Amino acid sequence: MKRLILMLCLFAAPVWAVQPDEVLADPALEQRARDLSRELRCLVCRNESIDESHADLARDLRLLVRERITAGDTNEEAMAFIVDRYGEYVLLKPNATGSNLLLWIAGPLMLLIAVGGSAIYLRRRSVGTAPEGLSDDEQARLSELMKDA
Amino acid sequence: MAVGEPAATAQFLLVTVAFAALTYAFVTSDFSLRLVVLNSHTDKPMLYKVSGVWGNHEGSMLLWVVILALFGACAAWFGNNLPPSLRARVLSVQASIGVAFIAFILFTSNPFVRLDVPPMNGEDLNPLLQDPGLAFHPPFLYLGYVGLSMSFSFAVAALIEGRVDAAWARWVRPWTLAAWLFLTIGIALGSWWAYYELGWGGFWFWDPVENASFMPWLLAAALLHSAIVVEKREALKAWTVLLAILAFGFSLIGAFIVRSGVLTSVHAFANDPERGVFILIITGVFMGGALTLYAFRASAMEAKGVFSTVSRESALVANNILLAVACFVVFIGTMWPLIAELLFDRKLSVGAPFFDAAFTPFMVALAVILPLGSMLPWKRAQLGRAMQPLWGLLVLAIVAGSLIWTIQTGRSMLAPLGMVLVVWLVGGAILDVWMRTGRVDLKSKVRRFWNLPRADWGKAVSHSGLGITIFGIAALTAWQQEDIRVAQVGETFPVGAYEVTLKDVARYQGPNYNATRAEMEVSRNGRVVATLFPEKRNYPVARMPTTEAAIDNGFTRDLYLVIGDPQANGGWAVRTYIKPFANWIWAGCIIMAFGGMLSLTDRRFRVAAGARKTASATPAVPAE
Repeated sequence: MKRLILMLCLFAAPVWAVQPDEVLADPALEQRARDLSRELRCLVCRNESIDESHADLARDLRLLVRERITAGDTNEEAMAFIVDRYGEYVLLKPNATGSNLLLWIAGPLMLLIAVGGSAIYLRRRSVGTAPEGLSDDEQARLSELMKDA
Repeated sequence: MAVGEPAATAQFLLVTVAFAALTYAFVTSDFSLRLVVLNSHTDKPMLYKVSGVWGNHEGSMLLWVVILALFGACAAWFGNNLPPSLRARVLSVQASIGVAFIAFILFTSNPFVRLDVPPMNGEDLNPLLQDPGLAFHPPFLYLGYVGLSMSFSFAVAALIEGRVDAAWARWVRPWTLAAWLFLTIGIALGSWWAYYELGWGGFWFWDPVENASFMPWLLAAALLHSAIVVEKREALKAWTVLLAILAFGFSLIGAFIVRSGVLTSVHAFANDPERGVFILIITGVFMGGALTLYAFRASAMEAKGVFSTVSRESALVANNILLAVACFVVFIGTMWPLIAELLFDRKLSVGAPFFDAAFTPFMVALAVILPLGSMLPWKRAQLGRAMQPLWGLLVLAIVAGSLIWTIQTGRSMLAPLGMVLVVWLVGGAILDVWMRTGRVDLKSKVRRFWNLPRADWGKAVSHSGLGITIFGIAALTAWQQEDIRVAQVGETFPVGAYEVTLKDVARYQGPNYNATRAEMEVSRNGRVVATLFPEKRNYPVARMPTTEAAIDNGFTRDLYLVIGDPQANGGWAVRTYIKPFANWIWAGCIIMAFGGMLSLTDRRFRVAAGARKTASATPAVPAE
C-alpha cells in the first residue's frame, strides 16, 4: 500500500527499481550491491529502500553503491562513504551507537524484565493458596449449563 | 440499564443510514459531494465506486464507526446471557467510544461536505486502489481493529464491576477471536495485494501503517491465549485485562499513525495535524481512563489457580511474553525515528532490515516452544513425559531441515530453519489431535476425531497455519530468483530452470486506462508452462502509471513477470522472478483464520449463549 510514494516517485518518469543498464557484469559484485541497496533508504520516498524505489535519486544512489564496490571498497567502506555524504538518515538499519543502543537493546531488555517478572509470579503461583469452591451463584449457573448439555 | 439495548440498536441503524447515503452518492456519482469528486469518476467500474466509499479518510472513518456500532449492537442482541449490569456497562463503554469517533467525524472529517458548483466529472480513485484484493482489505481490517473495542469494553466493564472470572473470559474470548481472525484476513489481503500489485513481489515492508495493524494483531493473539488461562484456571486475570486494554490501545495508536501523518508513511491518507491531535486526545482519554481504573482495581483481582513452573499455564505465559515483547519491538522500531528526533536530535530511519533482525528471533522462539507448550498438561507437568511423543517429531523436523541444508549448500540458514519449523508445527498439531483421541482401536479413534471439541480443531488448524506461513516466508526470502534484462521481441532467455520468451508487445485501451501489454511464454524443458501478459497501465484521469505483473500461481512456485520501458536501442526492460512457495504465506494466514473460525463455533460458546434462552423459555411453556 505504497499509495503516496508511488504518487511521489512515479509522477515524472515511470522507471522502476534496478534497471538492466545498472546491473554489474560480475554477479558476486552485483549481489553485494543488491544487499547494500536493501539497507539504504530512498531519500525522496517514504520508507522504501533504493533497491525497490522508482525515483531518480534512488537510481543515482544505486549507481554510487556500484561505483564504490567496483572501485574495491568493502561493504563497510561503501556504506561509510554514503553515510558521510547523506547522513545516517539513509540507513534503514540504524547503527547501534550512542542513543540508538536503546533501540537495539529495548527488545532483549524487555524480554529479560518479562522473564524475570513472570519467574517471580510463577514461583508465587506454585505455592499459592488452594482454590476455593464455587459460590452459590456459580454453582447454580453450572448446573444450568450441565442441564443444557 | 434497560436503555442500553435499544440505544445500541438505534446508534447502529442511524450510522448505517449515513453510510448507506454516502454509498448511494458514490454509486450514482453525485458530484455535488466533495468526497465523491475527489475519489470517484463515472467511468469507474461499479465495484470500485462502492469500494471508493472507504478508499479515503472521511469514508473510512464512517465505516469505522459503522463497525463500532455494529459490534455494540451485536453485544446488545446476542448478549442476553450476560449479567444485566455487566452488559449495561459493556454497552455504555462501547457507546462512549462511538460518541468519541462520531464527534471526530463531525468536527474534523465530514464526508458530506458539498460543493457549490459541482464539476462535470470526478478525479478518480487512486488506480492502485482499484483492485479486488484491496477493495475488501479495509473492511476486514476495521472489523479487526474495531472488534478489539469489544474486548476493551469488556475489560473496562469488568474493572468497574471489580470481577474477573472464568465466565468473563468465556464472554470476552469470542469477541477477541472474531477480531483477531478478521485482522488476520485483512492483513493477509493487504500483503497479498502488495505482492501482486506493486511490481516487485514484496509482501511485507514494515511500513509504519503495516506495523499499526500488526501490533494489535500480536496483542490480540496474546489476549486469545491468556484468556484461555483465565477461563480454565482463573489465573493471569490482571494481565489479561491489561492486554485487552492495550490491544485496543494499539488500534487507536494505529489510527493515529495512519491519520495524523506524524510518521510519514506511504499509506497515510491524511496529513492533517488537527485530526491527529483529535485522535491523540481520544486515545489519551480512553487509555488514560482505563489504565487509571486498572491501577486502582487490578490488585483486587486475586488469582485462584495454582500451577507449577512446568505446566500449560506457564507455556501460555511464555507465549504471552514473546508476543508482547515482539509487539514492543515493533512499537519501538516504528516510533524510534520520532523519539530520536525529539530527544536526541538525530534524523534517522528504521526500516525492514532492522525489523527482520530484531523481530524474527521472537517469532522463531515462539514457534519452537509452541508444540511442546500446546501438549503440556494443565496445572503440573513433567517436561520429560510431555516431550516423549515429540522426540520423534523433533528428529524428523531436524532431518528435514538438514536435507534442505545439504541440497542448497552455501545459501542462507533461513530455508532450513523454515523447514524445521513447518514440520515441527504442523506435525505437532497433528500429533496433538492424535493424542487427544487416546489409545484406542482405529474405529473408535475416527469417531473420537469427529467428536473432539471444535476448539481443539481450531487450535490445531491455526497452529499449522502459522507453520505454513513461516515456511512460505522463509522459502520465498531464501530461494527467490530474479532476472533483469533488456529483451528484444522474439528473444528467449533462461531464468532458473525455465526459458522465457518475449513474444509480442502491443498497446490497448481499457475502460479507464490505456496499457502496454506484453505476451510472454514460459517453458520448461521445451514444454510450455504458461503464457503470461504483464502490463504497464496509465490512468489518464488520475495521471498515474501502474505496473500489472503477470503471475503464474503454482503450489511450489510463482512465476512473476513484469514488463518495463522500451529501451533506446530497441527491446524492452523485462523482469522475471521465480518466487518459491509464495502462496504458502497467505494460505497459512487463511488457515490460521479458518482455525479461529472453527474455534469460534465451539460448543462452549454456543452453550453459554443459549443457556439463558432455554431458561427463560421454560416458564413460557403453558402448564397443562
